[in-house]
Amino acid sequence: MPGSIQSIERAAAVLRLLARGSGHHGLAEISASLGLPKGTAHGILRTLQRVEFVEQDHATGRYRLGAALLHLGTSYLDANELRSRSINWSDTLAARSGQEVRIGMHLDGAVLVVHHVFRPDDSMQTLGIGAMLPLHATALGKVLLAYDAELSDFARRRELTSLTRRTIVTPAALERVLAEVRASGWASESEECMPGEASIAAPIRAPGGLVVGAIGVSGAVDRICDPAGRPKPTLVRHVSFAAEAVSRELAA
Amino acid sequence: MSQRFVMAIDQGTTSTRCILFDHNARLVSVAQREHRQYYPRPGWVEQDAVEIWRNVDRIMPQALRDGEISPDQIVALGITNQRETAVVWDRHTGVPAARTIVWEDIRTEELIAELRERPDVETVRERCGLPLATYFSAPKLRWLLDHTPGLRDRAERGEVLFGTMDSWLIWNLTGGVNGGLHVTDVTNASRTMLMNLTTQQWDAELLSFFDIPARMLPEIRPSTEIHGRTTRVVPGIRIAAALGDQHAALFGQTCFARGETKCTYGTGSFLLMNTGTTLVRSNHGLLTTIGYQIGGEPVTYALEGSIAVTGSLVQWFRDNLGLIHSAPEIETLARTVTDNGGCYIVPAFSGLFAPHWHSEARGIIVGLTSYITKGHLARAVLEATAWQTREVVDAMEADLGVPSSVLKVDGGMTADHLLMQCIADVLDVPVMRPMVAETVSLGAAYAAGLAAGYWPDLEGLRRNWHLAARWIPQMDPGHREEEYENWKRAVELTFGWARPRRAADRIR
Repeated sequence: MPGSIQSIERAAAVLRLLARGSGHHGLAEISASLGLPKGTAHGILRTLQRVEFVEQDHATGRYRLGAALLHLGTSYLDANELRSRSINWSDTLAARSGQEVRIGMHLDGAVLVVHHVFRPDDSMQTLGIGAMLPLHATALGKVLLAYDAELSDFARRRELTSLTRRTIVTPAALERVLAEVRASGWASESEECMPGEASIAAPIRAPGGLVVGAIGVSGAVDRICDPAGRPKPTLVRHVSFAAEAVSRELAA
Repeated sequence: MSQRFVMAIDQGTTSTRCILFDHNARLVSVAQREHRQYYPRPGWVEQDAVEIWRNVDRIMPQALRDGEISPDQIVALGITNQRETAVVWDRHTGVPAARTIVWEDIRTEELIAELRERPDVETVRERCGLPLATYFSAPKLRWLLDHTPGLRDRAERGEVLFGTMDSWLIWNLTGGVNGGLHVTDVTNASRTMLMNLTTQQWDAELLSFFDIPARMLPEIRPSTEIHGRTTRVVPGIRIAAALGDQHAALFGQTCFARGETKCTYGTGSFLLMNTGTTLVRSNHGLLTTIGYQIGGEPVTYALEGSIAVTGSLVQWFRDNLGLIHSAPEIETLARTVTDNGGCYIVPAFSGLFAPHWHSEARGIIVGLTSYITKGHLARAVLEATAWQTREVVDAMEADLGVPSSVLKVDGGMTADHLLMQCIADVLDVPVMRPMVAETVSLGAAYAAGLAAGYWPDLEGLRRNWHLAARWIPQMDPGHREEEYENWKRAVELTFGWARPRRAADRIR
């Protein structure tokens, strides 16, 4: 077993210290209490501030526990915030791919569509924000399952509803597909949710790597897949690029 | 030949962005930095022009780096900016004489009241198309000349220069103290109250009305024109367009035909209608302004409904009340309830702009009962933007006698799904968002690309417009009318609140 990581131990000590007493501590006080050089303590505090576990009072410069710590158990990224932060790159994905774009997050055992951009052909389309999609039968859902072990456990223990003759309905088959998603970094499905429809998706990651959502394109099978039925490599590239761009935006 | 791109700099109220677009108007790279807002007294809003310039110095190279694009791949640069915000600087040192006075700032309220008493006040609106209000540049510039020691003398001697942010950036980019160009575009000039709308030149009568020395003013140029090349930050890039942000959005939405309208939702919100080569004067509280001018062609006029506070109300809710952590969370909070619970917020923070033009109005929250939660307040915040839009759309219809059939929207707030649905509901027309929400930047890029021959003509640009989202009205008509009546009553309550300050305050 590898040894413990010193900076994490120190960060934990900083958090315990801030949780005590008045809850407001200056840098000098923190470094003195923990016997750390000021520079080291400052570096730890800056990192904790970045992940929002610690906040600094603008007026006094003193540190306290961050609001994010209190909400650790609940959803980490607000759905409307994700839409707002991803709007530029999802537009760009639609423009580059020529397909409609959706961003999904997990909610109550399904994919919640938090953002939707029309296919750029000016045909009549309906805005699908707020729709719920099945996790196991969509590319967005497969991405969310692939990077959340607890969620995929839960999904596999429930009945995998058959939506078309191609829907994955056995836990073993689903687990195989999710392993492939993790290996390749993207997911796809063809006619597993709706006959004649296919989709491709990739993970959106928050700083640190946590997958907070998925972005993808969908449409008629012949638009999304090549004649052999495989997702078109250019579309996969566009989707992966957009997912990385949104992830970078979340880190900015 | 390697691929080529157009660069846009959007110098906005709260941040400055540098965006690169490709030939299909697709976004390639974005770099952004926020700048500080200073609120030294109630109603005062200032910025540091040097901080903004330093941000441009960082984001231009960063946008190129992020897109892995070299400067010689940039065909042209288009600059767009927050309008009316006034900066005065020393032509020999490049140092601003004071902080910029931002468009929302209402310190000139008393000056406006004094000017309104002058016998020649009627000619002002006739000549510049704008009502006498704190919003525009001339009163701000006059205030700086009156309150900065020695500034008027320096202005008379030609030592200091005035500009809106376009002028400040172009002067700096083209060399600053070493031969920087002192120019502005006709759309920005149309917001100063100093330009004659018909001749598009500085107007001697207006200069005398506001008592502004002509020597400090920039040269007025068309919106699309090769101004020169950058010599600093990223040298050698052709500056091929400059236009005010709302005018850029009109351009970016490809509203090139008479009657085409857009509304941009940002810090404030601005509805502009292209009125072609006809100068339309409003009887319902709208402004007459220049839409844009393509180099070598006559100007295209526009009618504008300006709303001072929309996105900034959400920011106030976040920063001053602390009820949300980030601006988009207003939607999450608003969705915790199903209606406003009878509560209305009229954000007359800087008085009310179009269609009312009551500079003495101040904001209110009305309809408070013990039932109201922060969720209801969040709803009221979003609804305030929707109803203010309804008021300017109604004014536009009243002026032109034609009902609108659709609203084209853009800007950061279009990411708020609930707000967009609410606007469709209160207007009772579909709301359409184009594929590039960054329409202001896109418009600046279009204008620059057009001047540089990167795009051949306006029709070519039109083909780039694609629908990204459409919200359909769903509100019951009876309910809509009831709510509109309530909103109008709430607006009336804001009128006449601010009183002139006591003499003692004035001396301080």
